[in-house]
Amino acid sequence: MADQGPSGLNPNRRDFLVKLAQGAALAGTGGLLWDYLLRREARAAPFALRPPGALAEDDFNAVCIKCGQCVNDCPPHVLKLEPAGGALPIGMPYYVPRTGACVMCPDIPCMKACPTGALSPKLKNINDARMGLAVIDIENCLSWKGLRCEICHRECPLKGKAITLEAHPRQISKHAMFVPLVHSDACTGCGICERACPTDVAAIRILPHKLVQGKIGDHYRLGWTFDTEITQDFKQAPQAAPSPSPATVGKPGGLDYLNSGGGL
Amino acid sequence: MNAPEADVPVLAEYAMERPTPTGLWAWRYLILRRIVQFAILLLFFGTAHWSWQVAKGVPLLTGNLSASKFIGLIPLTDPFAALQIFLTGHVLQTQSLLGAAIVLGIYFLIGGRMFCAWVCPVNAVTDLAGWLRGKLGIRPIFHLPRTLRYFILAVALVITVISGLAAFEWVSPIGMAHREIIFGLGMGFTALLAIFLFDLLILKNGWCGHLCPLGAFYSLVGKTALLRVRFDKSTCTRCGECARVCPEPQVLNLKKLDERGYVFSGECSNCGRCTPICPEGSLKFDFKPLIRTHNAQALAQADIIAVQRRTR
Repeated sequence: MADQGPSGLNPNRRDFLVKLAQGAALAGTGGLLWDYLLRREARAAPFALRPPGALAEDDFNAVCIKCGQCVNDCPPHVLKLEPAGGALPIGMPYYVPRTGACVMCPDIPCMKACPTGALSPKLKNINDARMGLAVIDIENCLSWKGLRCEICHRECPLKGKAITLEAHPRQISKHAMFVPLVHSDACTGCGICERACPTDVAAIRILPHKLVQGKIGDHYRLGWTFDTEITQDFKQAPQAAPSPSPATVGKPGGLDYLNSGGGL
Repeated sequence: MNAPEADVPVLAEYAMERPTPTGLWAWRYLILRRIVQFAILLLFFGTAHWSWQVAKGVPLLTGNLSASKFIGLIPLTDPFAALQIFLTGHVLQTQSLLGAAIVLGIYFLIGGRMFCAWVCPVNAVTDLAGWLRGKLGIRPIFHLPRTLRYFILAVALVITVISGLAAFEWVSPIGMAHREIIFGLGMGFTALLAIFLFDLLILKNGWCGHLCPLGAFYSLVGKTALLRVRFDKSTCTRCGECARVCPEPQVLNLKKLDERGYVFSGECSNCGRCTPICPEGSLKFDFKPLIRTHNAQALAQADIIAVQRRTR
C-alpha cells in the first residue's frame, strides 16, 4: 500500500497522472506545431504544375511518396523534385513550362513510373491530361496588339482545339486582328505555348485550373446554346384552326419568317 | 557466475591469446556499411544522371529510398511511408504495396533494424558526430529518454490522420538527404547540419537513438528478425568495450543477454561495431535458430579449455 499524502491522495498515482498529463501536453503542442508546419508547406504554393494524371491537389499531396521515379522516366527531363526550402511543397515533382514544357509523350512514361497512383493510371490518353490551363495576358500578347504572331497557336499540340485563332475587329482599321483563344475543354496545360511565346515574359502562361477558372453556377440557363437542356414544361400552344396558307408551308416560323418578308 | 574464483585468471589468460583485432580488420563492418550506404546512393544517382541500365531501356535503380524500382522489375517501398499514406485515407497502388511488403519482409524476417546502420545516409553523419564527440569529450547538456522516439512515431501517425498528409515524409531529414543527393541540392543539407550539431554538441546519439521515428518503426519491425549478434557468456569478461562503441548501448544489458544468449532488442541495428571490438570475440553475428546450439558448443569448449589449463 502506497503512502498517503498530506491531502489523502496517493502520491504514486498523483505522480503518474501528472506525468501522463505532461506527456500529453508535450505531444499535443509538438503535434500542433507539426500539423501547422505540414499544412503550411502543403498549401502555401498552390501554383505548382504537376505531371499528367496527377490527382487533385489534396490527394496528390497525400499520396505522392516523393520517390522521383516520374523524374527518372521523363524523356525530356522537364520534371524536377522540389528540394527542401523551395517555393513549392517539398519533394514532389513539378515542371516549369517556360524552361521545360511537358512534351506530351503518347505513352505517358511518368504516369507509368508512379508506384503509388499519385499520377493516376486512369489517364489513358495524354490529350485528356489537365495539368493546368493556358491563360493569355491580352495586354501583352503580340496578336492582341495587332501583330501576326500566333506562335502559341502554331506550336500548340492540339491547335484548333486547345488554341484557336479568332478574327477580332480592329478599332481604326478594316483589317481584323487574329487573336489566340484558349479552350479549357481541350487544353492539357503542357505549356508548349508558354515556352514558345516570344515576348520577354510569356504573355501566355499555364496556371492550375482552380487559380484561373470561374464557374457561372447551375442556375443560369443559356437558352441559345445547344448544350442547354430545357427543363421547364412549356404548354403546347393552342393550335390555330385554319390551315396554313401555301406561302408559309415549309418555312420556319418566328423572327426568321418575318425577316424574310414572307408573312408581310 | 557459479565458477570458482580460480577460473578468473585463466579466463583472462585465455582472452590474451586472442588479441583484439587491429587495423582495418577491426573496422570491417563499419567500412562495409559505408560502402553499402554509398553504393546504394550511387546506384540511384547513376541511374538518375548517367542513365545506368542493365539492358537497353531497363534502368538499374530508379527512384530513391522512399520508393524505387530495381532493374525495372522489383518494386521497393519504404513501409513507414506507405503506412503513413495509408493513414491519410488513400489506398496505394499494388506496386507500392508489393514494394512495401518486400522491404518489410526483408527487415522483419532477416535484417532487423539494419536500414538504420546499413542503408540510411544520415547514419554516416550521426556516426561522424558521435565519433567526434567522443574525441572531444563533450558532456551532454541534458538527457532524453530513448523511448521518446516511439512517442514521436505515435504522434507522427496521429498527425498523419489529422492533417491528411504523410507527417514524417514531409519533414524527414532522411528524405531530404537522399532526395537531394539524387535529384538536386536544396536546403536539405541544413537539416543534416542540424542533426550533426545536435548529435555532436547536445545529445549523444541524439537523432538516431532518441528522436527518429523511422528508426523507432524499424526497431518495432525488426524485433524478431533472424540476424542477431550472438552473446557468448562463457568468454565475456565484462570489459564493457562493446557498450562503449555501441550507438544503442542499452541493448547490451549483459545480465539480460546472459539469459537470452543474443542481443534481442529491436533497437540493435546490426551495425557490427561491437563484434570486432570485443577482445574475447564474445559477440558475433549469427542466425537466431543456430544461436542456442552455438552458445552451448562455446560453453562446452570453454569448459574443456578451463580444465586443460588447470591440469597442465
